[in-house]
Amino acid sequence: MKQKYSIDWLDRKATDIRKDIIRMLEHAGSGHSAGPLGLADIFTALYFDVLQHDPKDPDWKDRDILLLSNGHCVPVRYATMAHAGYFERKELMTLRKLGSRLQGHPERTRLPGMETTSGPLGCGLSQAAGMALAMRMDKIDHRWVYVVMGDGELNEGNIWEAAMLAGKEKLHNIIGIIDRNNIQIDGPTESVMPLEDLRGKWEAFGWHVIEINGNDIEAVIDACAMGRAIVEKPVMIIAHTIPGKGIDFMEYDFHWHGMPPNHEQAVEALKELRTLGGRIRSEHE
Amino acid sequence: MSKYVLDINTELAQEPIRKGFGRGLLEAGKRNANVVAACADLTDSTQMSLFKAEFPDRFVEIGVAEQNLVTVGAGMAAMGKIPFVSSYAAFSPGRNWEQIRTTICLNDRPVKVVGSHAGVSVGPDGATHQMLEDIALMRVLPNMVVIVPCDSVEAEKATLAMANDPRPNYLRLAREASPVITSADTPFEIGKAYVFAAGADVTIIACGTMTYQALVAADKLFKDGIDAEVIHVPTIKPLDRETIIKSVKKTGCVVTAEEGQMNGGLGGAIAELLADECPAPMVRIGMKDRFGESGEPAELLEYFGLDAKHIQLAAHHVVDRKKP
Repeated sequence: MKQKYSIDWLDRKATDIRKDIIRMLEHAGSGHSAGPLGLADIFTALYFDVLQHDPKDPDWKDRDILLLSNGHCVPVRYATMAHAGYFERKELMTLRKLGSRLQGHPERTRLPGMETTSGPLGCGLSQAAGMALAMRMDKIDHRWVYVVMGDGELNEGNIWEAAMLAGKEKLHNIIGIIDRNNIQIDGPTESVMPLEDLRGKWEAFGWHVIEINGNDIEAVIDACAMGRAIVEKPVMIIAHTIPGKGIDFMEYDFHWHGMPPNHEQAVEALKELRTLGGRIRSEHE
Repeated sequence: MSKYVLDINTELAQEPIRKGFGRGLLEAGKRNANVVAACADLTDSTQMSLFKAEFPDRFVEIGVAEQNLVTVGAGMAAMGKIPFVSSYAAFSPGRNWEQIRTTICLNDRPVKVVGSHAGVSVGPDGATHQMLEDIALMRVLPNMVVIVPCDSVEAEKATLAMANDPRPNYLRLAREASPVITSADTPFEIGKAYVFAAGADVTIIACGTMTYQALVAADKLFKDGIDAEVIHVPTIKPLDRETIIKSVKKTGCVVTAEEGQMNGGLGGAIAELLADECPAPMVRIGMKDRFGESGEPAELLEYFGLDAKHIQLAAHHVVDRKKP
């Protein structure tokens, strides 16, 4: 039976996951900081509340599927999977090392529970569409495919090809989550390649859109529940997040998109996360 | 002439290779309920229409979106399906190579990528639609199997074999009617090359539409006093190294023939193998680092030197080169 955790417990779990993200990235010496930190609340909500899954049986046939389309944010998934019991936390320190199951970008064939290989952007949503189509062919209606995407990733044409198909086929078993943190490598999304009107774009493609604060775990859980109740359209959750969330000197700074903390920065970041404890929401709002 | 092939000096039936794929897919669909299909707005051209008519619920119309085509395939494969995804080879794998690399090959999903209308024999549509680089693009990908059948009968067998193969596969098809040189009795197995004509003086290695041309060339060479061995290589990857090396060790020289870029194509693959294992005088027949153009299929094949006459000349050339 799935355990039900309190929001306070989940908030504290998200903070612990952020700490592990900092430790992993510092140890690896390369990787992305801002995105994984911003996504910690979403991944905590998914793995500890939303998803039907079994860490001891990653291939369980009735599980929900979680695709991480923006593979560069995988540190948050590795950290959350370790906390959820897929593997031991000490393995997190092998991130990006030779022979590790925790590749710089996720590889399905190396790590049980990693549903697909990703990194090159724009491919997650169409794989989700393929999965939802296959489920429909098999008359399976009790499983969902969740796809986490970056906002910069939406520059890719492949995304909109998938958006058209899922809209046309009314693939309601897809729940997309856009990490709307407004940054990408070259700067703010709206100067690199404007995405707004983002809600209007998805609605025009036949999607039901829900907008939330993606750093609010309760809001994530509620939006996913609402998404599962929409049966006539695919659902896109635009989750507004703060890049680098939880660490003051990283928040909102696009320079931290593709950079790990050095030792001093990691010490500072961990200190800050310890001070915050589980009170991230209240202190930053 | 081996028992594997029909006598080329008799009246041979003519049929586009892609027709065999259409029949094979329909049959594969009947045999296995997990076989599904998706197409990018070319359902009739790629011959998926037979499958679509029989199994409308197992067919997905993707629209003109080849990146989506193969990634949707990867998603369906993740759920236990055996997806065949088709378009013109110029667009798939021409346009969506990275998606095939990441979501199918690195991700190790058994998606069956089917590229129709390959080669200059597409004809009047011109260079944009005459895919010449697909063999090279697909054969450098780890995990990918590359299959280039010589006629519609073999294409049908290849399609059925692909449905049972757990790996990612690429199947190359041609548009124009071409001679049917194999029969129901001709063996086909993924990864096997077949000696279609035994000989001692030169090995001619061919795939796709050029296998027939190689057999015609071997006939002409016999009259010239050269005993040519013709090896049909329907699986470019993984190569049947044993059959090829054995033949070249016997004959001492090689001609390769394909309707595509010889750099990186079948010719490239054979050159790599022989450089490693048994270097021998070699001439490659294929497109010589250039694009095609509009024209009638037969005149284009002659214009670009992709016919029996050029194979015959090349064979004379390599046989001369092996003399001390």
